[in-house]
Amino acid sequence: MKHLLSVRDLDRDTAVGILDLAEDMADVATRAVPKLPTLRGRTVANLFFEDSTRTRLSFEAAAKRLSADVITVSAKGSSVSKGESLKDTAQTIAAMGIDAVVLRHGASGAARVLADSHWIDAAVINAGDGTHEHPTQGLLDAYTMRKTLHGDAARGKSLDGVRVTIVGDILHSRVARSNVWLLQTLGASVHLVGPETLLPLGVDSWPVTRGTDLDAALAENPDVVMMLRVQSERMQAAFFPHEREYARQWGLDDARLARLAPHTMVMHPGPMNRGLEISSASADSARSVVLHQVANGVSIRMAVLYLVLSGSGAGA
Amino acid sequence: MTLLITGARLPDGTNTDLVVKNGVIAELGPGLSALGAIVIDAAGLQALPGLVDLHTHLREPGFEQSETVLTGSRAAAAGGFTAVHAMANTSPVADTAGVVEQVASLGEQHGYVTVRPIGAVTVGLAGERLSEIGAMAQSRAAVRVFSDDGKCVSDALLMRRALEYVKTFGGVIAQHAQEPRLTEGAQMNEGALSSELGLAGWPAVAEEAIIARDVLLAQHVGALLHVCHLSTAGSVEVIRWAKARGIRVTAEVTPHHLLLDEQLAAGYDSRFKVNPPLRRSEDVLALRAALAEGIIDIVATDHAPHPIETKECAWQEASFGMVGLESALSVVQAAVVDSGQLSWGDVARVLSRTPAAIGQLAGYDAPFTIGAPANFTLIDPSARRVFGLEQLHGKGANTPYLGRELPGRVVATVHRGVPTVLDGELRPAEEVANRVA
Repeated sequence: MKHLLSVRDLDRDTAVGILDLAEDMADVATRAVPKLPTLRGRTVANLFFEDSTRTRLSFEAAAKRLSADVITVSAKGSSVSKGESLKDTAQTIAAMGIDAVVLRHGASGAARVLADSHWIDAAVINAGDGTHEHPTQGLLDAYTMRKTLHGDAARGKSLDGVRVTIVGDILHSRVARSNVWLLQTLGASVHLVGPETLLPLGVDSWPVTRGTDLDAALAENPDVVMMLRVQSERMQAAFFPHEREYARQWGLDDARLARLAPHTMVMHPGPMNRGLEISSASADSARSVVLHQVANGVSIRMAVLYLVLSGSGAGA
Repeated sequence: MTLLITGARLPDGTNTDLVVKNGVIAELGPGLSALGAIVIDAAGLQALPGLVDLHTHLREPGFEQSETVLTGSRAAAAGGFTAVHAMANTSPVADTAGVVEQVASLGEQHGYVTVRPIGAVTVGLAGERLSEIGAMAQSRAAVRVFSDDGKCVSDALLMRRALEYVKTFGGVIAQHAQEPRLTEGAQMNEGALSSELGLAGWPAVAEEAIIARDVLLAQHVGALLHVCHLSTAGSVEVIRWAKARGIRVTAEVTPHHLLLDEQLAAGYDSRFKVNPPLRRSEDVLALRAALAEGIIDIVATDHAPHPIETKECAWQEASFGMVGLESALSVVQAAVVDSGQLSWGDVARVLSRTPAAIGQLAGYDAPFTIGAPANFTLIDPSARRVFGLEQLHGKGANTPYLGRELPGRVVATVHRGVPTVLDGELRPAEEVANRVA
């Protein structure tokens, strides 16, 4: 695998292979010294044009557990915030000698543009591009679902027949997009729920079902309920009238939590708006796997870094 | 200077020789000769009247790193044009007599094409109050087309007043139809593809709603309206409806909207980012049919040069626009001529006679007649070439056609009797400027 730009570039075997490799990586964390020498001497640059503490820390932890050197450039207090272009920033750090760029950027397609540009030779890992995709989040979500459903017997399995309901601001969500495409590849079925204003135009051509009624969706007893973060600035742009109305219609509140089937797991990519799209009781309940998602994120990112950096052009 | 062109095929399909003397067509017919003339063997070549672009961004004054009147004029001549209308979004904006006179006189001085400035509708393109339309109309530049292109005159009252006021001076408003609130942050055509790519959608209705409003305003005040760069099938239907009701509206389409569709955005290559955006393939087909049917009156390039750094970046950070003067004729041939939808006579109409009429530019109503100004181009429609940087003569390299095979080649262009292109090569600037002088 040369780059990881979109989960749509992954076929089913490759995707399952990444999840399996992440299982191996997770085992490393249980060792006395949770570190592998695999990427010793390789350098990973985290290039974060957009602030994202959790994704950046997750990639840093993943790279360090593989013994890679890590350079991090984040938006605040760097040349990035002084208007330096993607091209110049990428070429500048590339000139220092790097093997992979982990790119977070506010513009959709930025990782694709960097990978296609020939500005640099390094592998490019998309760590979130605008409202397009967040492939490692999609992978860690799939991993978390598989692990929660199958435990130690997860290796080699897909998500055939798993029913996932994703709730909220689909329109602006790169997490939702990566989940939709990857879950389809892995055999799960996806149901999208949200106000009509936050369901993208043309969503009917996606491999999903869609609705606007959260209670009806939950009555179907899905295996997974994934709540998406809602940004309050959407209210100003007339996507919905008020936070209270949003929470009432599309929030996973305590009453809805109580009605969930025993097997339904609750997911959230974070950071959470407690009291808006998810109640504290839901976030902290036994069926919430939110913290597992965070832990699994490191394993998934170790697997992805390993695949793009091990050997020359090896793997998928 | 005397020119003898032998064996050219005219737009009506007949073959003739031409003698050009003192800037006009002096003789027509078979077997002509002229002592001491520059001879152009036009056997197998198609003669077209000099192309007239109603929608060109020359960028001077203010954005000379993108284009100048000289470089844009050269790009135009290389594409077979003999006249361009220079949009007003320069810096300073062309909203005073001084700026339009400067642009027109730079065009005269260089001589490659006739440069007709377009005046801004509102001061600074700000959409707040009318610019000095009368002063520009009565200036030496004799402006007749007014446009805030790049921005929409979105305020309905201001648009109404503009339509009425330009009537005073026999002018026309050329509207850039883009409802601003519906297109805040918009990046590409809104639909399933924009949703997949995560690029903010630019709905067709943002264009169609403004056109619908404006044709009704034009009807109400009895004014002329020209609609820039139609891009959707729905816009075609609105124009069709307006024309059927006798509303005096003309419409334009760009070459790129006749050939390219939104699928090209899928790789996030910002060379395909343009305003209005590339639309669905259904829209492309509707635009072609409307041009053939006469619902759309003209083709105009919307030549929009940009420095390379404004395109070497992520899609949503990139500038909107493509250069188009050098490729326009080839793209029109590829989109509608080779398919049989338009004849070369139709091309002469949509790329020369009608745009000249809308711009009230004299000398283009009866081309290839004795005494007519010698503005024409000779093209080889049978040529095929892979479009490359060597075909570009302006400062902008932001063409969507690099690496694409396109038909047709401009062999010669003559502006007011002066060759600006011979043997497919631009003539030197000093030669053209001196001969025009």
